[in-house]
Amino acid sequence: MSSGETPDNFHYRWNHVRKILERPGPFCHPNEDRSVNVLQFIMNTCKILVIGAGGLGCELLKDLALMGFRSIDVIDMDTIELSNLNRQFLFRRKDIGSSKAEVAAKFLNSRIPGCVVTPHCCKIQDYDESFYRQFHLVICGLDSIVARRWINSMLVSMQTYDDDGELEESSIIPMIDGGTEGFKGNARVIIPGISACIECTLDLFPPQVTYPLCTIANTPRLPEHCIEYVKVLLWQKENPWNVPIDGDDPSHVTWIYEKALDRASQFNIQGVTYRLVQGVVKNIIPAVASTNAVISAACSTEAFKLATRCFLPLDNYMVFNDVDGIYTYTYEAERKEDCLVCGQVQRTLTIKRSGMKLEELIALLCEDAELQMKNPGLTALIDDKSRTLYMPRGTIEEQTRANLKMTLEELGLRDGTQLVVADATSPSTAVLTLKFVPPIDVEMQ
Amino acid sequence: MASPAPKSPEQSEKSKKYDRQLRLWGDDGQVALEQAKVCLINATSTGTEILKSLILPGVGAFTIVDGKKITEEDIGCNFFLDADSCGQSRAQVATQLLLELNPDVRGDYVDENAEVLLENNPDFFNSFTVVIGTSVPERLLILLSKKLWNLDIPFVSCQSYGFVGYIRLQFTEHTVVETHPDNEIPDLRLDAPFPELKQHMDTVDLESMELKDHAHVPYVIVLYKYLEKWRQANDGRLPQTYKEKESLRELIRSGILTDEEGIPQAEENFEEAIKAVNYAVIPTVVPPEVRKILDADCCVNLTSESKPFWIMAKALRDFVEGEDQGRLPVRGSIPDMTADTHRYISLQQMYHSQASKDAEVVFKHVQQLLHQLNQPPDTISEKDVRLFCKHAVNLHVVRGTSLADECVAANRENIALALENPESTMIFYIMLRGVDRFFAEYNTYPGEFDNQVEPDIAKLKACISKLLVEWGCGPFPKDDYVHEICRYGAAELHSVAAFVGGCAAQETIKLITHQYKPLNNTFIYDGITSNTATYVF
Ligand SMILES: [Zn+2]
Repeated sequence: MSSGETPDNFHYRWNHVRKILERPGPFCHPNEDRSVNVLQFIMNTCKILVIGAGGLGCELLKDLALMGFRSIDVIDMDTIELSNLNRQFLFRRKDIGSSKAEVAAKFLNSRIPGCVVTPHCCKIQDYDESFYRQFHLVICGLDSIVARRWINSMLVSMQTYDDDGELEESSIIPMIDGGTEGFKGNARVIIPGISACIECTLDLFPPQVTYPLCTIANTPRLPEHCIEYVKVLLWQKENPWNVPIDGDDPSHVTWIYEKALDRASQFNIQGVTYRLVQGVVKNIIPAVASTNAVISAACSTEAFKLATRCFLPLDNYMVFNDVDGIYTYTYEAERKEDCLVCGQVQRTLTIKRSGMKLEELIALLCEDAELQMKNPGLTALIDDKSRTLYMPRGTIEEQTRANLKMTLEELGLRDGTQLVVADATSPSTAVLTLKFVPPIDVEMQ
Repeated sequence: MASPAPKSPEQSEKSKKYDRQLRLWGDDGQVALEQAKVCLINATSTGTEILKSLILPGVGAFTIVDGKKITEEDIGCNFFLDADSCGQSRAQVATQLLLELNPDVRGDYVDENAEVLLENNPDFFNSFTVVIGTSVPERLLILLSKKLWNLDIPFVSCQSYGFVGYIRLQFTEHTVVETHPDNEIPDLRLDAPFPELKQHMDTVDLESMELKDHAHVPYVIVLYKYLEKWRQANDGRLPQTYKEKESLRELIRSGILTDEEGIPQAEENFEEAIKAVNYAVIPTVVPPEVRKILDADCCVNLTSESKPFWIMAKALRDFVEGEDQGRLPVRGSIPDMTADTHRYISLQQMYHSQASKDAEVVFKHVQQLLHQLNQPPDTISEKDVRLFCKHAVNLHVVRGTSLADECVAANRENIALALENPESTMIFYIMLRGVDRFFAEYNTYPGEFDNQVEPDIAKLKACISKLLVEWGCGPFPKDDYVHEICRYGAAELHSVAAFVGGCAAQETIKLITHQYKPLNNTFIYDGITSNTATYVF
């Protein structure tokens, strides 16, 4: 294909990228095709999905568009807020309240001729496999772990295997994932079925800071304890507006601030500030433009490598931290054989004592660092029949609620019983095999 | 309710907009940023990406110096040059588009080559807080480096070259009070409690307590009690070896109350005390890095020109010398721990009030010093001194080196050492220096034009050989690297520029706010393998 067929300034505008793609080099990917076709591919064929149009998303869209990608979709259900403007550089004050995905797409399309960014102002869960199937690459710039896990699970479930049980390469959609918090961040490349997926390394996500209820209620020591007291206990009791707390409503935050201040002065605790109250109520994660720029750039470089095969991609995890100088560390995160999402071996869940109630089993699924379920619904396969144990929503919740207080034994669960788990963290169900230690049968003898 | 509920502070627009970053560098850091004036030489993609990450968080003002006219290639990789701007001033268009990012920021430009500007207007750079240069040729780099070194203005030099990135910080000296370490060891003074603390802890009688109280004594006191016991049995020493620490842990464990059947009760405070043996039972000393600061010539021998940091350091030194055990002021904060409110708060207040007393002593020294130095008494506030004392154990000073010196004579041992590993990221440093020499000689970049790649490889190789001979280093790196650098032909890839730009912007913010430790002093990014390295030149 001659370069003359493509529009506007092609020849000069992409000169920088062309040097990398068209000139042979000693470190190139062994399977690389060194021709004009590669540039044609990223410009005219390759479709990329960017999930999130926030701090990382804005950067990703810009980076990808300036690396030559022209067909980009972006999903984000959020609207623009004032506190986004210190880093989400595609948004202006006049855009506050508008859809992030739409404003970002419009900006990119007007700044970079030929680039077509298609916005989707919705949740990722609103689309099914047929939507995700159209992309060559998915890049995530999310702050939600649940959403990351969901899309990861979706992409893994879309893989197909041929008659010999071999993974079909054409069914693989690589996923690149970026994450930041303050001056720290990470970028990783996930080739579903080949490299470690999000679920394989779930224990990398730090558990959320929680304060024990008895501390909040009886022995507060920190300003955070006083704020949690108002948020968790006092709001329910006094419910000043008869609505749940809205962290974006200044009158709510002010009410919590004043009550927390009262409680703090009662206990002689210093340090309750309006900023701290907001941080605790909204669970705010600090963020700065530079870290988002760095992590998005790293992700985009990997997208470019994957799409053009100009170099081997990152294998597979990079950590970044610029608190003290600039530190990065690259390593290969390992797959888990019994990963709930991409594993080949069924996972066992060990129950270490008899008399465990179903609600305790659910708590275990939520607290286990490698499972971290959110609101699991459980079905058991007993004697080849499926029995619904608990579903967290709808009328079926009422019907199954009584089971929560029953023990696993009473519900007919035995060593080796298969538990089918449905959770917000995945579009499909996962199967766990129960293992009782010591086995119930032995104990009952 | 007796306490007058203070009116809720209605947050300003600004603090709402900057909320997410204020949680990192605070209001003081933000003020410093908003007062800063930065200059960018060359509005390359790397350059505008740096400015983007300075303008968004609200740097005071920026000036772009660039005499180039915009090419189509520039537009292809630079977000802040729009499609219609071909042929216009690069400084002007970039300034206009960057200004759209934040109405709080002022920006202007000079449509002139920086070298010409430096010649015609040698004082031009005097008023900047930081100067940033991207893709600055070696000859100008040396001129700028010397100029800014003499003016004591930090200089950040950056480059994105194909898949390789480079950042170099030049400053004469950089001081940091708030380093924000990721893990901070609490300052508990268990080896030598100050009198009020000792008295407080001595009045606690663990033996006579019921479980409810016993399990709610802060671990600091539990640890102190058993440490005292251990020391009495061991000639007053502190446990040092693993075995000794283990025996202290055993001793603490033996203090956990048991039920009627002799089974230990759950006492979290004791568990916390056992865990803390490792990091909390250490002699309270002045760390070597801080000792070096206190003994530095510019600390011991102040002049009327001395900066606040050094005056406070001298006052701190006077405090340490005046204190019979030679210790730093008490930090005044303790971590959260299992305890009832009253016991925890009284303990916390004890540390806090000692910290205030110590800081007051230091502040008195500061005032005396300011008087002796004929500096105005309000040069340093009590608040500054409190902050300084609070972070005394983490004070950080780096003395920099000049880029001009490096260009003339690089740190040979450094290079030679790295070259022992044929895959070392240092190779890209050598390659980029080779490219600089190539440009100085031929006034074009190796491989800039398609038909020149092959012949330029040989020429670049010759440039690098000469450099290595100059430095007395060897062996010559693999030809592959020369070939790779040559095929880049000065291509600036946007995602590499964005990576370098983000990093360089944050280093600039560190230099401006004097918070967090900056890079010392050269950073190389290898985008091929996604690795990075830091070297000192
Ligand atoms: Zn997995």
